[in-house]
Amino acid sequence: MILNASGCLDALTAPNVAAALDCFVTKTVTPLPRGGNPPTRIAETPVGMLNSIGLANPGIDEFLRVNLPELAALGLRLWVSVGGFSAEEYAASCALLDAWPEVEALELNLSCPNVEEAAESAAAIVAACRAATTKPLWAKLSPANWDIAGSARAVEAAGADGLSLINTIRGLAIDARTNRPVLSLATGGLSGPALKPIALAAVFQCRRVSQLPIVGMGGVRTGRDAFELLAAGATHVAVGTTLFADPGAPGRIRAELQVELERNGFTTSAEASGIAHAPARA
Amino acid sequence: MTPPPRRERVTVVANEQIGPYTLLRTTRGEVDPGVPGQFFMLEAPGRILPRPMSLCLVPTGELAFLIDPIGPGTQAICALQPGESLQVLGPLGNGFRLDVEQPLLVGGGIGIAPLPFTSQALARRNGGTPPPAVLGFRSAHHAEAAALVPNAEVCIEPTYVTALIPAGLDVLACGPEPMLEAVRAQCPGSQLAWEAPMACGYGACYGCAVEIDGELKRLCIEGPVLAA
Repeated sequence: MILNASGCLDALTAPNVAAALDCFVTKTVTPLPRGGNPPTRIAETPVGMLNSIGLANPGIDEFLRVNLPELAALGLRLWVSVGGFSAEEYAASCALLDAWPEVEALELNLSCPNVEEAAESAAAIVAACRAATTKPLWAKLSPANWDIAGSARAVEAAGADGLSLINTIRGLAIDARTNRPVLSLATGGLSGPALKPIALAAVFQCRRVSQLPIVGMGGVRTGRDAFELLAAGATHVAVGTTLFADPGAPGRIRAELQVELERNGFTTSAEASGIAHAPARA
Repeated sequence: MTPPPRRERVTVVANEQIGPYTLLRTTRGEVDPGVPGQFFMLEAPGRILPRPMSLCLVPTGELAFLIDPIGPGTQAICALQPGESLQVLGPLGNGFRLDVEQPLLVGGGIGIAPLPFTSQALARRNGGTPPPAVLGFRSAHHAEAAALVPNAEVCIEPTYVTALIPAGLDVLACGPEPMLEAVRAQCPGSQLAWEAPMACGYGACYGCAVEIDGELKRLCIEGPVLAA
């Protein structure tokens, strides 16, 4: 299954791009509306980009009243990304979304690098949300956590149904003319090809300790990139930054992945998931 | 709700120097030139993100973009030679309204990029007579690009283009932010083409947010041409 990384696509402004995915993941919605961070919000880096959008979103009430019905009308499989600043906030949004049959699953954004994070541990947030909804909960973890496998085990124990690996990691760019940070809030989240080895490591380490399904994401530009995330242990793949340059990426990567699977003797993505964990052939 | 426009690979036909700028002419293929003031995302070879550029001219069967090679992305685009190709996505955003009584084009520096196409489109609506234009540049070298805009009066710093704007005309302007702010103050009701760093150009990245009516909104969706 190919999804978009949360915050990398607006299905309402690009419905045909979203329709080329197996499932659309919304931009993170928080309890209260957020205008987001002041510009400048993005900066290109040599092998990626930084963003400091700051969870711009209309807030859960407006989202449920306006955005969600419009998204539901598109007829897409739909995951909603949920954010907050305390376990109670996450849980309250999950409880509201629980009433919407159009929403297939909830992704808990536990790792946005551009806002002050909830103080509670990822596991405590997952536990609170678990009590608030029966929908599948996917925990999106940060690669900045050195013991990401430990986090994976903890959120699994708290009731997560899947892992989304990984979010962006904090970075900084300095402007060549001003010698000051390019982004208005100085740091931002690094995405793009630079993230791929970090994503592969996170997926690989989490697969070792957990059998939860994993959405692998980070620097996917080609079918080979997607295949490698599967090999590391992902069961699904999401595309993010590459969508900005190539709105046709979902269909192209899907076709390239199929070729890559067949080249390696597989018929389906499921067969390739985790093959990097097999002992090396003599 | 309209689906985003097509992305197509086009081939460079010519790469012409005009003062410090590059006029990159490409094949048009099936690309719709759109309305003057709309923009296209141009692949920057070797870079992660494409770059937003307005269309400068529409020679028969071609697209032409006027580009200032100020950073690694624009330099990569300007280095493209005839026969090489690049991906083009567009047209994107909202262009100029052309149904104005007495148009005046106002441009500053590389901001004159959409004005040749705008002038042509307005001339077509007016029996072939191009609208007047006032253009400002920082040097005589930069001002060489004024030759692309017919019927233009040109000034060079320290004179600012706002000194050349007569009262009572319908201003369509593109230029650096301080120029647009000055035009906005001087000519309420102007149509102003803004720019902002953007990763995608079609509403996905939220990178190009600017304050519109007191709220941060996506320039690629709401603009880039906004009413003053």
